[in-house]
Amino acid sequence: MKRSYVIKKVLQALLTIAAILIFNYFLFRIMPGDPLQSVMRNPKATPEAVERLKALYGLNDPWYLQFWIYIKHLFQGDLGMSFLYKKPVYEVIGTRLLPTILMVGLAEVLAIISGIIMGIMAAVRRGKSVDVASLSFSLITYAMPTFWLGIILVSIFSVSLHLLPTTGLLTPGQTYSSTFAMLADGIRHLILPTLTMSLVLIGEYALLMRNTLIDVLTEDYITTAYAKGFKEDYVIKKHAVPNATLPMITIIAMNLGLVIGGAIQVETIFSWPGIGRLMYDALTARDYPLLQGIFLMITVCVIIANLLADLTYGYLDPRVKQ
Amino acid sequence: MELLEVRNLKTYFKTQKGMVKAVDDVSCSLSYGKVLGLVGESGCGKTTTALSIANLLPPEGRIVGGEVLLEGEDLMGLSAGKLRKKRWKEVSIVFQGAMNALNPVMKVGLQIAEVLMLHDKLTYEQAMIRTKELFKLVEIDEERVNQYPHEFSGGMKQRAMIAMALACNPKIIIGDEPTTALDVMVQAQILNLLEKLKNEINMGLILITHDLSVLGEICDDVAVMYAGKIVEKGKVEDIFENHQHPYTYKLMNAFPNIYGERKLSDSIPGNPPNLLEPPSGCRFHPRCEFADERCKTKEPMLAEVGHRHFAACHYGGVFK
Repeated sequence: MKRSYVIKKVLQALLTIAAILIFNYFLFRIMPGDPLQSVMRNPKATPEAVERLKALYGLNDPWYLQFWIYIKHLFQGDLGMSFLYKKPVYEVIGTRLLPTILMVGLAEVLAIISGIIMGIMAAVRRGKSVDVASLSFSLITYAMPTFWLGIILVSIFSVSLHLLPTTGLLTPGQTYSSTFAMLADGIRHLILPTLTMSLVLIGEYALLMRNTLIDVLTEDYITTAYAKGFKEDYVIKKHAVPNATLPMITIIAMNLGLVIGGAIQVETIFSWPGIGRLMYDALTARDYPLLQGIFLMITVCVIIANLLADLTYGYLDPRVKQ
Repeated sequence: MELLEVRNLKTYFKTQKGMVKAVDDVSCSLSYGKVLGLVGESGCGKTTTALSIANLLPPEGRIVGGEVLLEGEDLMGLSAGKLRKKRWKEVSIVFQGAMNALNPVMKVGLQIAEVLMLHDKLTYEQAMIRTKELFKLVEIDEERVNQYPHEFSGGMKQRAMIAMALACNPKIIIGDEPTTALDVMVQAQILNLLEKLKNEINMGLILITHDLSVLGEICDDVAVMYAGKIVEKGKVEDIFENHQHPYTYKLMNAFPNIYGERKLSDSIPGNPPNLLEPPSGCRFHPRCEFADERCKTKEPMLAEVGHRHFAACHYGGVFK
């Protein structure tokens, strides 16, 4: 890969992050609602008290000064204090990061692998029963609302079959005889949210893979590969799939960026202590600093994921390197 | 024994509107060291004939009848596995518009080497050495084996395709418009190369084209196709100078003559027929100015009109 290509892409990403910083800052300034109200939660506060608080939060300063302070603090790693948790924002986000990455990351990996396999099988046996089955499965799961699917799975596996727990990361109040027992409990809690999440994602991957592969299979170089005497397996694996994975990279990267953002619906249904759930709580509590911090983190993650996609693309598709 | 004999080949395509008889009762043959030209308008079944020889049709296409004899062995009767072993090893194809015939994300050298590894059981290193030799043969800088197709020019891609076709020393190479979309200089280079290689290794060459100048230059025999059928075939001189079928006549006149007057050549009126419902009788009759009642109802058979010269016209030769 050419170095200039990498540098160009990195610069582009940095520029986008700078734009996001500005946008993200002003978005919260034009949002309805008064931050003071959220902090004080007291409609009968005296004007003096309001003034004191305004001075404390620097709300009397002109906007450019406020913005400058925000940027300065940001580079010091200070995202402000959460109104709701009364703790630094980065600390609050930090504790929620791991559960989200674990759950959504696992769901993504499962969905990507099974989606790609399903898509390939469907495209290769186009019009046959495998194709019809995988197409129907993909369309149905793709169209299903996440919260609904989550609730249905809970009602089947938890309520009726009593197999799996419904909420949380671990069973509350449980004492474990060993780390292994704790791990087992964690895994049991992980199954339902991960399953819901990956079911929602599989369809998209399977459909995209199927469609791109069907297109690729009509290309001349596929006929060439067959004319050379190769078996179907080889032609699919060595000639068709590498060409069909290119569009997949883009969509995977975009979804990977959102992994960090978590899945608000899934995390809310399963009370999963992740970023998505945190965002939901911050929103209902009008916790602006926290919300702003989460937004910033998610957008930066999306941009980084896109940068990685661009770089992977440059590696996989020789035409991009130029 | 002939190198290749195609007998009464019928290839049909199943579509939603019905059967398309893309190749309907085509017979032709090819000897060692000779060049057979297949010529005709777009959609007349040239490419389908070529693809049928190695049974490389898309899923909708099926060979419904006929034989393809390669040195006396019927390729149609072979199992899928045995046919795969013959592909490229014995019959290789230089595809139309080499632009897309090479895999864009695979190094060109590897695309040639992989076929050597498959058929000649070479190791990767041996295959790359041979690939470099092949590159030299078709006059491409051997350092380019590690480049991708997009780094090649159109002519280079076409030459790389030829190098690929030659890799396993096949008995037959089918060139499906190998020079279309190339400028005349490159075109001449590629034709010379094909002719030289053909003479050196005594292989047979089937050249599919709609470019008559290409035909005249290197073909020994020519078969003229119209609407899925061969309407005239014979030695190249006969086809050019003593054609017996009105379609061949029109085709020749449609090509500008550099020694003649400077005028726009005659075109053949009308469009190629719909192969879902081909015209009754002679398939060319709706566009033939010499056609009469008999041509509309009775289909003319290929009849010998000279030494190894056949034409399918009720009025063979006398229409002029």
